[in-house]
Amino acid sequence: MDERLRSELSRQGVVAIKLETLYNWGRKNSLWPLGFGLACCAIEMIAASMARFDLSRFGAEVFRPSPRQADLMIVAGTVTKKMAPQVVRLYNQMPEPKYVIAMGACAISGGPFKQGYNVLKGIDRYLPVDVHIPGCPPKPEAVIQGLMLLQDLIDGQKLTGPGRPRFLKKGEPSDFEVPIEGAHDLVPPYNAAVWRPCKITIDE
Amino acid sequence: MESIEQIKLRIEQAIPGVILEIIANGSPGNPASIRVDPEHALAVARFLKDDGQLRLDYASNVTGVDWPDKVAQQTVKVLKMVDGVEKEFDAKVETREPGFLEAVYHLYSMELKHGPLVLRMRTGDRAGQTHLPSLTPLYRSADFQEREIYDLYGIIFDGHPDLRRLLMWEGFEDHPMRKDYAEPDDYEFEPTAHNQVLAKARRHYPPKASNG
Repeated sequence: MDERLRSELSRQGVVAIKLETLYNWGRKNSLWPLGFGLACCAIEMIAASMARFDLSRFGAEVFRPSPRQADLMIVAGTVTKKMAPQVVRLYNQMPEPKYVIAMGACAISGGPFKQGYNVLKGIDRYLPVDVHIPGCPPKPEAVIQGLMLLQDLIDGQKLTGPGRPRFLKKGEPSDFEVPIEGAHDLVPPYNAAVWRPCKITIDE
Repeated sequence: MESIEQIKLRIEQAIPGVILEIIANGSPGNPASIRVDPEHALAVARFLKDDGQLRLDYASNVTGVDWPDKVAQQTVKVLKMVDGVEKEFDAKVETREPGFLEAVYHLYSMELKHGPLVLRMRTGDRAGQTHLPSLTPLYRSADFQEREIYDLYGIIFDGHPDLRRLLMWEGFEDHPMRKDYAEPDDYEFEPTAHNQVLAKARRHYPPKASNG
């Protein structure tokens, strides 16, 4: 739309705006996170939502206790192999459009527990993560920045055309395979549709 | 609290047939411990709990220890006939000490404010005979800790009211804290110079063929 025409219209009290912009503006400023924490990162997430850091300034203060009412999953903390199926199951029960933030070193890669027998080496083995917030744990400011990055991401999403996000494409999955607790490890150890191990060769 | 030798003597007087052994702890400041044979362990614990001078009424800590098979090599002189003359040769002889699993209990007295007395129990081996009596009927605080040992080491505590895995899931078959635990190969490359990590990386990513 012509910029002069838009300013002329707004002078007459008419706001002309693309539906996409309005839609994304509404969505990005009313993110409802799922209220669950897995470890110490959850404390920082709670601190970010409380009065001092006040996540509600960004429209994300309504931590919902049910996945049916949430559209943002903040994976805050260590994901043990025993917990991973439940995290994926919660994600599957959230309605589209939905987003995932991996908060802290553990949720990103397993963190200091990476070499352990019971910790998942990053939630992006099973879920499509939109924003990674590094830190151990990340400060509330970092959580807020992560949320703002997610808002930018939502703002840039197209509603039509080939660049539109996954949830607007027909036939794209909205839920992901829940791993099964096997005899030695989770089965499968990662979801190949979401994540693949990097190919490296070690020099002798 | 009395000395550990005194306690051992009094247990032996109170419970006939009990086999006790004092195991010294080499590091300074750490108490020696009493090893109990599993058949009499519950009776010994009951004696320690009820005895008026000891009153060890609180199990603060229950730990598992894995002792793998010990392989020691010794050089022994062997006589052999060479060309009709007897000659001495060095021969290497391998001695194998079978391993076992151990449960260690740290007992304190809340009433008399003393402790700890360290009790140990050992299983017959690491594969088949891994049963030990549970002390949970006497000490409620041992409940979860015995479950944890069962989960991570595989000691089966007879008489435990609810012996299920604690940290790993039902259907998990391994015991991750055992020395010979083989973890699933879901290694991811990490840029560390740590030798163990590097060895793991080499196992996971086989090196390119040397002829290129």
